[in-house]
Amino acid sequence: MPDRLAVRKTYKLYVGGAFPRSESGRSYEITSAEGRFLANAAMASRKDVRDAVVAARGAFAKWSGATAYNRGQVLYRAAEVLEGRRAQFVDEVAASEGRDRDDAAGTVDAAVDRLVWYAGWSDKIAQIAGSANAVAGPYFNFSVPEPTGVVAVLAPQSSSLLGLVSVVAPVVVSGNTAVVVASEDAPLPAITFGEVLATSDVPGGVVNILTGRTAELAPVLASHMDVNAIDLHGAAAGAATDLEQAAAENVKRVLRRPDAEPDWRADPDPHRMLAFLETKTVWHPMGV
Amino acid sequence: MPVFDYAPAPESRDIVALRPGYGLFVDGAFTEPADGGTFKTVNPATEEVLAEVAEAGPADVDRAVAAARRAFDGVWGRMRPAERAKYLFRVARVLQERAREFAVLESLDNGKPIRESRDVDVPLAAAHFFYYAGWADKLRWAGFGGDPRPLGVAGQVIPWNFPLLMAAWKLAPALAAGNTCVLKPAETTPLSALLLAEVLQQVDLPPGVVNIVTGAGGTGRALVAHGGLDKVAFTGSTEVGKQIQRTLAGTRTKLTLELGGKAANIVFDDAPLDQAVEGIVNGIFFNQGHVCCAGSRLLVQESVAEPLLERLKQRLATLRLGDPLDKNTDIGAVNSAAQLERITELAASGDAEGAVRWQPECPLPDRGWWFPPTLFTGVSQSHRIAREEIFGPVLSVLTFRTPDEAVVKANNTPYGLSAGVWSEKGSRILWTAQRLRAGVVWANTFNRFDPASPFGGYKESGFGREGGRHGLEAYLDA
Repeated sequence: MPDRLAVRKTYKLYVGGAFPRSESGRSYEITSAEGRFLANAAMASRKDVRDAVVAARGAFAKWSGATAYNRGQVLYRAAEVLEGRRAQFVDEVAASEGRDRDDAAGTVDAAVDRLVWYAGWSDKIAQIAGSANAVAGPYFNFSVPEPTGVVAVLAPQSSSLLGLVSVVAPVVVSGNTAVVVASEDAPLPAITFGEVLATSDVPGGVVNILTGRTAELAPVLASHMDVNAIDLHGAAAGAATDLEQAAAENVKRVLRRPDAEPDWRADPDPHRMLAFLETKTVWHPMGV
Repeated sequence: MPVFDYAPAPESRDIVALRPGYGLFVDGAFTEPADGGTFKTVNPATEEVLAEVAEAGPADVDRAVAAARRAFDGVWGRMRPAERAKYLFRVARVLQERAREFAVLESLDNGKPIRESRDVDVPLAAAHFFYYAGWADKLRWAGFGGDPRPLGVAGQVIPWNFPLLMAAWKLAPALAAGNTCVLKPAETTPLSALLLAEVLQQVDLPPGVVNIVTGAGGTGRALVAHGGLDKVAFTGSTEVGKQIQRTLAGTRTKLTLELGGKAANIVFDDAPLDQAVEGIVNGIFFNQGHVCCAGSRLLVQESVAEPLLERLKQRLATLRLGDPLDKNTDIGAVNSAAQLERITELAASGDAEGAVRWQPECPLPDRGWWFPPTLFTGVSQSHRIAREEIFGPVLSVLTFRTPDEAVVKANNTPYGLSAGVWSEKGSRILWTAQRLRAGVVWANTFNRFDPASPFGGYKESGFGREGGRHGLEAYLDA
């Protein structure tokens, strides 16, 4: 018997800056890669999805209206807090993904660095995605990227923290808000990451994290009329077609499910940010 | 004051040599459709049959896609980019050389005023080829990676409102990036695309690089659902766009959509009213309102609503509706009987829902399909004429008191293609432009287009951009 009984954490959802249980009252057992009990996670419902979309929509105006410099600092702050909790994440990732501690530590370090990488993009993405356009007439004509809106993200199933950070950061750095479905079997690092966001000046509702059955939650997001885009990364192979069809109902932007899981440790490129940006072109006459 | 009436000033149609029938343009030659089906294309201003055009079935689409694939693998995809560029420059030049012929043909088949086909559609189509020609050998510097590759074969479905211009918007960037194309023009306006096919023969474009399959919705569906495409680009209604997105679900075919709109044209109390009136007229009556980005919802600040509407009505009373080939015509024919029916039905819903209709005195020709310029006041946001795309010369007028209210009303639509802002105050324009959820914002102007300027929508107005560096992305493996 240990001298002292540990105080275990209750893992809940992260919605609108708060940590509610599922309104359904459901939970499901999370085990380590070896089958050891780790925790009970909340099993989110359709209603939780809708609440999360409402939270994300509510947060959009302020987050997208913040200065890019501010968003960059907020995400950098999240990287600082993530780094500060390094040991905790190494434990969780090691248990969740069945990695040894060195390997898990490398993954957590990469997640911190990934967040820093994306934080730096906030005030630069407009300079690679925007333009001044030489039109044939007396007009000042320029194009600027703007966030698409509320983005649903089906996070990678196998990479519980690094994969998660790698798909969420590019969505929110440009001003989108996100509803994220965490890895179904390894959701605990995602909820702990929610604690990082909640304590690092990321406004409530900018990132909302749901745990539960991807197959149950994904169709609700794909067909939701107030979701503007969806990243299908974590969808089951056989589900992608149905999800894309549902997404067409309000012409969602779809980042398709990849054929193979990428190497999340590899250097990223800007394409995940660009997938969730709109281009606005403004014309104004020039004259006296 | 004496009234001087306009004398007729018709452009001669002799410059256009119409053939009685047109085949499908596949693999560099005009060919008969497999099942011999044809349809008629008519002049909407007279209901005269202009020509019989082949209707492509699935077998023809298959043949066209196969020809495009061969041309991609064998010639176009491996051609030195600078050579591809020169073909496109040639196309631009021949379009300029034959500009008058294209303008007359476009007005005959579409019903749009010759002033517009001559001054807008055809020159912009040529400019589009000229612009993208220059990109063909500069793709490495376009910002899509150091070695961007073409996708392969593109299936492209275009609408009837700007037939030649839409063909240029689709073909020019696709070809510049090294793709080959199967283009499906709209069934009511196939002729300018078929004349473009003759231009492609004149410039010796290798066979199969561009294939043109004419037909109606069935042909479009066969093309979009053909498994041999790497890319689909569609311009048209939001309803059909959604169907196409569903069709391509679960495939690796890249998709871009340019769909409907219900643009707000916001006039603030400090706007230059005379300029605004011209902009409103151009915004909704350009091309009979058959424009996806038309400024169909006029949002005017309450304090200037009365004087603005008075001037607007005076201006509308001077618009000349009639023969599209007359150089003085402002408003031509509605493109088809079906479209006229839709406009008529939606306008009637405006009456039924309690909006107030105003039309200038405007005699309509006896034959052909026509709708007079129409203004509805007393429109509320729930009215169908404020929510649905009419695609006709019908303007719905709403009012607002504060800038915040203007923005909320402007954004209160599932569409997000374009918007207009009228104000003399720069900071107010930029504040408004930033908040409008629309892909194109015209400030103190409206309905301007340029090949260097990205165009496309937010929300249910589609995704992807046409024009500019951004327009290349749709046709590269970016």
